Amino acid sequence: MTDLIFGAHGLDSGVLLQLFLHFAMLSLLAIGGAITTAPDMQRYVVGEHGWLSDAQFTSSVAIAQAAPGPNVLFVAVVGWNIAGLAGVAATLAGSLLPSATLALAATRFGDERRDARGMRAFTAGMAPLTLGLLLATGWILTEPVRHSLGAMLLVPVTALMLLKTRLSPIWMVAVGAAVGAFGWV
Amino acid sequence: MSDPAAAEADTLRRPASAGEIFRVFNRLALQGFGGVLAVAQRELVERECWMTPAQFVELLSLGQVLPGPNIVNMALMIGDRFHGWRGAAAALAGLMCAPLLIVLLLAALYRETMSMPMVAGALRGMGAVAAGLVIATALKLVGTLRSNPMGWKTCALFALLTLLAIGVLRWPMVGVVLGLGSAAVATAWVRIGR
Repeated sequence: MTDLIFGAHGLDSGVLLQLFLHFAMLSLLAIGGAITTAPDMQRYVVGEHGWLSDAQFTSSVAIAQAAPGPNVLFVAVVGWNIAGLAGVAATLAGSLLPSATLALAATRFGDERRDARGMRAFTAGMAPLTLGLLLATGWILTEPVRHSLGAMLLVPVTALMLLKTRLSPIWMVAVGAAVGAFGWV
Repeated sequence: MSDPAAAEADTLRRPASAGEIFRVFNRLALQGFGGVLAVAQRELVERECWMTPAQFVELLSLGQVLPGPNIVNMALMIGDRFHGWRGAAAALAGLMCAPLLIVLLLAALYRETMSMPMVAGALRGMGAVAAGLVIATALKLVGTLRSNPMGWKTCALFALLTLLAIGVLRWPMVGVVLGLGSAAVATAWVRIGR
């Protein structure tokens, strides 16, 4: 039971605070999404403190991607593997509180000035970059399966299904999982 | 009415309560395997009609420039816009609560199943589908660039340069966003002034 709450290392509250503060600092550096801070998280929890092994860290990211919901949940799995539920609270609160506060401040600031020339130039200028980043994300996601013909067929077929039909994406994910489980990708 | 953006804005609706915001974000989070963005676009723009595609891109731009998880930033901003801090809290809770429980259950189960080839294969298949979904979402939103003051061609150039720098050359995102981003915002500033 204590393992469930505090994890295998039995970390005390001072260490949990340290964990929280490190993830809070990374939260403010996470431009482009939480996953961009994964290399530094890995350095901190695996290299510097030895709380997790390399394999545990990598599987934490994979588990979060296999589950529904935002990818940032991988920090919760990392926290869970380090220090149980207390670890989840430390890593998740650390990853979300600073960036959430900033996002709310920014949206209120932006809404009050949405017709100002600077604000319009900002949203117009950033729009093509946003779409370029989306395309880049899609391309990077294909990296682990690029050697497989089946998977590289699955990518454009999925894209066409989303563009041309009203089918919910969840069905396409189910098909991907089934096709993968049969060893076709 | 000839202006398509204004015509689109007429069909928009607002969530009635923070509870509705929670339900919609909960529903889209639970459908979002390998990332929530594709589902968010379908649910928020196409199904619920809470915003136009152009507004979606605008929020996504802000969500990407700000530090933190993009979709969480977007959820907070959308919730806040409709129902203040209660809406923001409802959107965040809807997005995170159920998926957090599921992911922790999976983490507790993983030791038994991660080594099975079927599980690894299923993960690869889901990864390929997630890639296709993200690419399709980007293609769907390309139409919003037509009303961009920079003009269609300049926009395409900036989008392709971003794709090249981040996706192919794998340059650090901070530098690309600051460098290309300032050039794009400066271009837009000049074109708007004309």
